[in-house]
Amino acid sequence: MSGSHGETINVTLKVWRQTSADAPGGFETHQQAISTDASFLEMLDLLNEELNAAGKEPIAFESDCREGICGTCGVMINGRAHGPQKATATCQLHMREFADDDEIVIEPFRATGFPVIRDLAVDRSPLDAIIEAGGYISVNTGAASDANLTPVPKAAADQAFDAAACIGCGACVAACPNSAAQLFTSAKIGHLGLLPQGQAERWSRTEAMVETMEEFFGSCTNHGECTEACPKEISLDFIALMNRDYMKAKVKNRGLAGQH
Amino acid sequence: MAQTTGERYRVAPVHRRSREWPFPLNLYQTAVGRKWVMALTGIGLIGFVLAHMVGNLHVYEGPARMHEYAESLRTIGGGLVPKSAVLWLLRLGLLSMFVLHLHSAISLSRMSRASSEDAGLVSGAKRYAGGREHVAATYASRTMRWTGPIIALFILYHLADLTWGWWLGDDFVAGDPYHNVSTSLSALPVAILYIVANVALAFHIFHGAWSMFQSLGINNPRYNHLRRGLATLLAGLILVGNLSFPILTQAGLIDEDNRTCPIGEVEGNTCLAEEAEGHQG
Amino acid sequence: MGILESKVPEGTLADKWENHKFSMNLVNPNNKRKFDIIVVGTGLAGASAAATLGELGYRVKAFTFHDSPRRAHSIAAQGGINAAKNYTNDGDSVHRLFYDTVKGGDYRSREANVHRLAEVSVNIIDQATAQGVPFARDYGGLLDNRSFGGAQVSRTFYARGQTGQQLLIGAYSALMRQVAAGTVELHTRAELLDVVKKDGRACGIVVRDLLSGEVTPHSAHAVVLATGGYSNVYFLSTNAMMCNVTAAWRAHKRGAYFANPCYTQIHPTCIPASDDFQSKLTLMSESLRNDGRIWVPSAFDDTRPAADIPEGDRDYYLERKYPAFGNLVPRDVASRNAKTVCDEGHGVGPLKNGVYLDFAAAIARNGLDAISEKYGNLFDMYQRITGENPYEQPMRIYPAIHYTMGGLWVDYHLMTTVPGLYSIGEANFSDHGANRLGASALMQGLADGYFVLPYTIGDDLAGQLGNPVVPVDDPVFTTAVAGIEDEAHRWLSINGTRSVDHFHRELGRIVWDRIGMARNGPGLEKGLSEISALRSEFHSDVRVLGSADTLNQSLEKAGRVADFFELAELMARDALERSESCGGHFREEHQTAQGEAQRDDDNFAHVAAWEWNGEGTVQTRHREELTFETVALSQRSYK
Repeated sequence: MSGSHGETINVTLKVWRQTSADAPGGFETHQQAISTDASFLEMLDLLNEELNAAGKEPIAFESDCREGICGTCGVMINGRAHGPQKATATCQLHMREFADDDEIVIEPFRATGFPVIRDLAVDRSPLDAIIEAGGYISVNTGAASDANLTPVPKAAADQAFDAAACIGCGACVAACPNSAAQLFTSAKIGHLGLLPQGQAERWSRTEAMVETMEEFFGSCTNHGECTEACPKEISLDFIALMNRDYMKAKVKNRGLAGQH
Repeated sequence: MAQTTGERYRVAPVHRRSREWPFPLNLYQTAVGRKWVMALTGIGLIGFVLAHMVGNLHVYEGPARMHEYAESLRTIGGGLVPKSAVLWLLRLGLLSMFVLHLHSAISLSRMSRASSEDAGLVSGAKRYAGGREHVAATYASRTMRWTGPIIALFILYHLADLTWGWWLGDDFVAGDPYHNVSTSLSALPVAILYIVANVALAFHIFHGAWSMFQSLGINNPRYNHLRRGLATLLAGLILVGNLSFPILTQAGLIDEDNRTCPIGEVEGNTCLAEEAEGHQG
Repeated sequence: MGILESKVPEGTLADKWENHKFSMNLVNPNNKRKFDIIVVGTGLAGASAAATLGELGYRVKAFTFHDSPRRAHSIAAQGGINAAKNYTNDGDSVHRLFYDTVKGGDYRSREANVHRLAEVSVNIIDQATAQGVPFARDYGGLLDNRSFGGAQVSRTFYARGQTGQQLLIGAYSALMRQVAAGTVELHTRAELLDVVKKDGRACGIVVRDLLSGEVTPHSAHAVVLATGGYSNVYFLSTNAMMCNVTAAWRAHKRGAYFANPCYTQIHPTCIPASDDFQSKLTLMSESLRNDGRIWVPSAFDDTRPAADIPEGDRDYYLERKYPAFGNLVPRDVASRNAKTVCDEGHGVGPLKNGVYLDFAAAIARNGLDAISEKYGNLFDMYQRITGENPYEQPMRIYPAIHYTMGGLWVDYHLMTTVPGLYSIGEANFSDHGANRLGASALMQGLADGYFVLPYTIGDDLAGQLGNPVVPVDDPVFTTAVAGIEDEAHRWLSINGTRSVDHFHRELGRIVWDRIGMARNGPGLEKGLSEISALRSEFHSDVRVLGSADTLNQSLEKAGRVADFFELAELMARDALERSESCGGHFREEHQTAQGEAQRDDDNFAHVAAWEWNGEGTVQTRHREELTFETVALSQRSYK
């Protein structure tokens, strides 16, 4: 095939290599010629092909859907989670965002709660632990009433959706100078707490999720870096909501509120 | 059959949860609760700073009025309570707010540091080799952990300087704040120190005042846009007011050229009290 | 063909499921905790099944090869989920949804299964809503619907362009609730590499930990595979990078029949490949066809920019050929026509591999804002990927492989031909016949997981009461574990010259050319020999570096691609044997005078299910005859 309409640029890649969580890591430099039509990860694919051909182990990095929805991908690109383009996951970033002769530093997401597995892959399972603590509405299969029995005000439904758009990629934690997971946690708390269905467990959920979050992550100082890094542009407002709900959860007379 | 968290997730908790304290102390066990404490004490401290600054504007009315203002603080509560009792209560409250503010700040920043331990920390902050381009974080928010200690140290200095009179020595006259201020701030290094500290304070308040809305969960699209404005206004007011003292002292506006009373704890202060009385009469 | 007993219950179509639920054996609540069930895969089908089985009290082990159950590819479904709620009062019903699905599947699905699917579709919406899935709502706060994929009623529930994501997060949260409750044991980053049988019955699985390389056996009373489809055999597809056939294929090699592998679905509106190193294709929601007009330049190799091509020089070929449905013809028809015009040399874009989807008329008619409100996020995505602004120039689209209707053969209970081994969701050969309708995949995955399997699995388990699971130190497990460990070392020791991806890409080219949108006898024969040749090259010349005791993505892929090779051969064989055109399977020899798919109901109204006969031998083709009691077979027409 030929006749691609993208131009070819040459970039210098400084890629983090680390064989395991305990091994020391370091940067490796590679030159790569790449079409500006390629996606960022396709450039890494290409580099891996070349490494493999040269008998060197390919760089480990994670990605799956490459449509910006599964949340599997995510690296630091020149110090920014998911790279320079706003509201874009790493897999959706294309090389046309870069120029000829650019130096690109590629590092794993960093936080103590996200230990490096290998090279650019990190373990983000504490995010699952937070969901397990209460990120659900307790309704057994078959126990649901007709879906239209409870109208949900459109404004509330829309806002719940804004929060529910979170893809769980962990960029918020990576971008946060404190390695706090407030945006991730508050998105789930906001999603469920704004819907009528989520009210019964609102307070216990908030309490459990916040306290689990704090076992793994840092404390929010309201920098706002998380929202900037978020591929779904989830708002800081949800963090405020979580903070408010958490304090309410701690003082509320849940018996009289009819909620646990 | 149930798995342990370790088997399930492989990532060990970074901070161990301790046994829960009784209400309301348990609120202080969590970071979100601690941020509440930090925000609430922050409000108290901003209130103090504001009142302190406004009160000190009396210095522009001369030594007598300044003396009277200082005296009035001791007699808050009128004859109902022993002299200075309310003032001491206020001081105690202020001190505890300060301690809580400080403790929460230090412990939370420790927590964040532990959470970023493997992240190439550079002087306590998380750094990426790719050069962390801050996108949203302001200069003020990033320097909270520097402006905070600067302010704390400055407060100690300030107390030693104008409350305990350690450095003025014989020049320090209890009950004559005008004299003390004009003497202390007329030294250029001291004036510069005050200026630096107050700039730090303004930065601290600029982020703090905005941040506390978030921490307390005060959030409403109707007035969210006002939060930044309010923070700027507060920080600006305090900055202008507080900077005026060292600058105008240096400029010669606060001096004792026109002083009529003598300087001294007994004679001088009685004279100042009478002069203030005279103004009223 | 006595083995292919579909176990469809007696009774009239509408009563079958209801009666059957009553007549099935039950496991009483106290006994449920005595049964271990393995669920592999945590997409819509797997997560919903694992959660529901856990709620019922079974001891469940859920496995996913992702780092989190939430990453499964169900998450990428954009459009919506069908349900016969008839909230819009436009005449929808369970029967109509059933009928549309059977017809849409080109009469190659099992009536009873499809009817059951339509019946439980309504419960899915209730369940998902109760879980907090934020479906679109109208201003009164009630659920909104839209029409989708050529349906004549509005029965599609949607959540912006992220319906799959929201439904998966609903199922995932239900699963995590059971994990917290201790009823489900969660194993992440664990890839199934073998299914283990003892005395003819599935008794467990062997998985490899993708981080440590450790190979471990797991035993249970029943094994459920919910491991998705095999679109990635084409290398370029809209599936996620890690989607593969390995679990289903290894089950096939242990005795589970593989049904209708040639039924693959091409989605008409994807972004064309831009280069040789393209890693995957991105789907643009089918809803775009509601407002976009599809055209190509009438002249061959017209290189003028779209805006410079006057109306007279444009061919709106779908509107021309299908005046009634126009741009809204079903997926297979739209796709084939795009291929035809591109093959003829009318293709647009730098690689001449696309057709225009033009919104100029819609923007002129409804205004820029209205179009942006409806499709803004899709337009943004298109611009991010292509660097072109679809508000100013037409989008370029081309069909891409998107879904596979074929899969493990299952009976009415969703059990494969191996007793105790079940398959649900896209992994089974399912309810879609030869072609899946839009917004039906999410419906089927959740129907299987929430409302079908949890009932039917009890019928079989009831008979197992008192039988302990096979201990994992039994020779059947230790042999299987050793086999898998050997496999890993075999890959590492070949030390050839080409990467796994290289072979995968080459295989994909063959499969796309020979078993793609249109197939023919000689091409399939040729494909078979090409695949076989490449396969031997793969096994002797692949280069997998690194070691087996750490995260090694090339090693993971090697096993998956090896399975794709074997599957590709079966696909070609199945396509060759099915000497008719139906749904996604278009044999050029079998078309009407107008170029439409020509079914052969006399000879091919059956499911083809293939039995593995060991390495190096050709599988045996079994048939399950399809009987249509309710729906009259007819030629689909969209003229």
